[in-house]
Amino acid sequence: MQQKAFVSGYYLDDKDLVEGIKALQEKNIEIADVRTPFPVHGLDKVLKMRRSNLPKAGFFAGAMGTAIGFGFQAWVFTEAWPLNFGGKPFLSVPSFIPVTFELTVLFAAFALVFGFLIRSGLGPGAPNIIFDEEVTNDRFQILLEVKSGNSDQLQLDLKSVGAEGVQHHDV
Amino acid sequence: MYKSFEFTKKIKSYLLAMIVIGALLSVIGIVMNLDHTHRIWANVLLNGFFFTAIAMSAAFFVIVHVLGESGWHTTVQRIPEAMALYVPIGGIFMLLVLIGMHDIYHWSHTEHLDEILQGKSGYLNPVFFSIRTIAYIVIWSLLVMWFRKTSLKTDSDNDLKLFNRQRTIAGIFIVIFAVTSSTSAWDWIMSIDAHWFSTLFGWYMFVSTFVSAVAVIIILLFVLRGMGYMEHINDEHLHDLGKYLFGFSIFWAYLWVSQYLLIWYSNIPEETIYFVQRIEDFGILFYANVIINFLAPFLILMARGTKRKLNWLIVASVIVFFGHWIDMYMAIMPGAIKHPEFGILEIGMTVFVLGIFLYSFFMRFAQAPVVPENHPYFKESFDYDNIR
Repeated sequence: MQQKAFVSGYYLDDKDLVEGIKALQEKNIEIADVRTPFPVHGLDKVLKMRRSNLPKAGFFAGAMGTAIGFGFQAWVFTEAWPLNFGGKPFLSVPSFIPVTFELTVLFAAFALVFGFLIRSGLGPGAPNIIFDEEVTNDRFQILLEVKSGNSDQLQLDLKSVGAEGVQHHDV
Repeated sequence: MYKSFEFTKKIKSYLLAMIVIGALLSVIGIVMNLDHTHRIWANVLLNGFFFTAIAMSAAFFVIVHVLGESGWHTTVQRIPEAMALYVPIGGIFMLLVLIGMHDIYHWSHTEHLDEILQGKSGYLNPVFFSIRTIAYIVIWSLLVMWFRKTSLKTDSDNDLKLFNRQRTIAGIFIVIFAVTSSTSAWDWIMSIDAHWFSTLFGWYMFVSTFVSAVAVIIILLFVLRGMGYMEHINDEHLHDLGKYLFGFSIFWAYLWVSQYLLIWYSNIPEETIYFVQRIEDFGILFYANVIINFLAPFLILMARGTKRKLNWLIVASVIVFFGHWIDMYMAIMPGAIKHPEFGILEIGMTVFVLGIFLYSFFMRFAQAPVVPENHPYFKESFDYDNIR
């Protein structure tokens, strides 16, 4: 298995982190990942991340839930097993609304959660590599991938853009 | 840096023309309907209540952000603040309704009450009704003006005490409004159909007017932008306003369905009569109400991009604003005039009251800087992104 190596540098303030990223980008250094304890406003824009496709998945799954929820009830109560509830017509739309609504939400939610887990490779049993436990607390970490053994140079680069502490990690 | 709004002669003359045209059409409408006083008073109630409630909901918009310690609202705060100051003026229309009480509320003819209404007469009687109406108007006006006064003080004085006082006022406001928003809707609107009742009616009316208020904020923002003001509003702020419009349109639909579904299911004659009347006599309007106020904003604003473009937001806002006017029409007219009528009177009254509302807004908006620059959260309100 091929060995990968990373250089990490951390900041103690999210504003410094964003400035650091901008400085690295000016030097044309590719950033592998950024890890923060909370969502940092403006980070997506600075990293030029493409917008996620998850909302589209959510929409189509939700629309599917609407169709299945409504269609199934309509079929059951008119074709498969018509029952008379209090003299109401068999195809009574208002009574289908709550189930239709719930199925829409359920399908959309499942699509979003599982889509997110699959797409980002997370979930139970996923490899869990945390270089620095403090990124879950108060540190903002930039990761640079080491290619062709330039680890020392990358560490110097990170230091020069204001990282508080830099470290080399082998995976 | 932030250009102060100037209430120019040009805007003034447009608005005055609007008020005069509205007044003329109203007078023509009133003369045409002199033997039909139900319709006249129902229109006074419709537009009086609709715009007063929008003003009050605009105040609620600010209050809820003050309590939630949000930052972004400070960029638009002065728009709802200026809208809210319409409450005392709108109150005059509600006081007029007291004169026409007998033409709208059949429980007010105390001499021939049926048994059920006699049982309710402890609450629904002309004297107590008048006291409540006056109390709402006075208390709401005082709260709105108190908040505005404190907010204006911050322009010349950046003492933090003033912001703590705003929060105190907001706390008092929200407790009072939590009760009065429901009771005023029962009193003014639900009691038209005095035999019928719905426990979520207060929230239904409140959400309806709150959505309208958000729509009006966006429309006014668009108008002010067109005149070269409010250039500091960026896409993130529009996105947040769009989310309000989107979310509360859905919430309105949720309450609409909740009310309809339970009444439809239990099928008790004294409750279903409310919808029977609306479906049989107002047919298309009844269904159009749901399509305009739920489906249209839901589909238009679902995508992220449309919430961030003022042109799309405006389309949705205008639809929602007129949609909720129709919603209000559907809440009042079936009980008050029995059969759908729409003509010069309705158009005239709406134009008239809308003109006064806008005049009041622009006058108040010109009296203060367009943003509360000393607000502690003002700087941070430009420093955030909506999640992608």
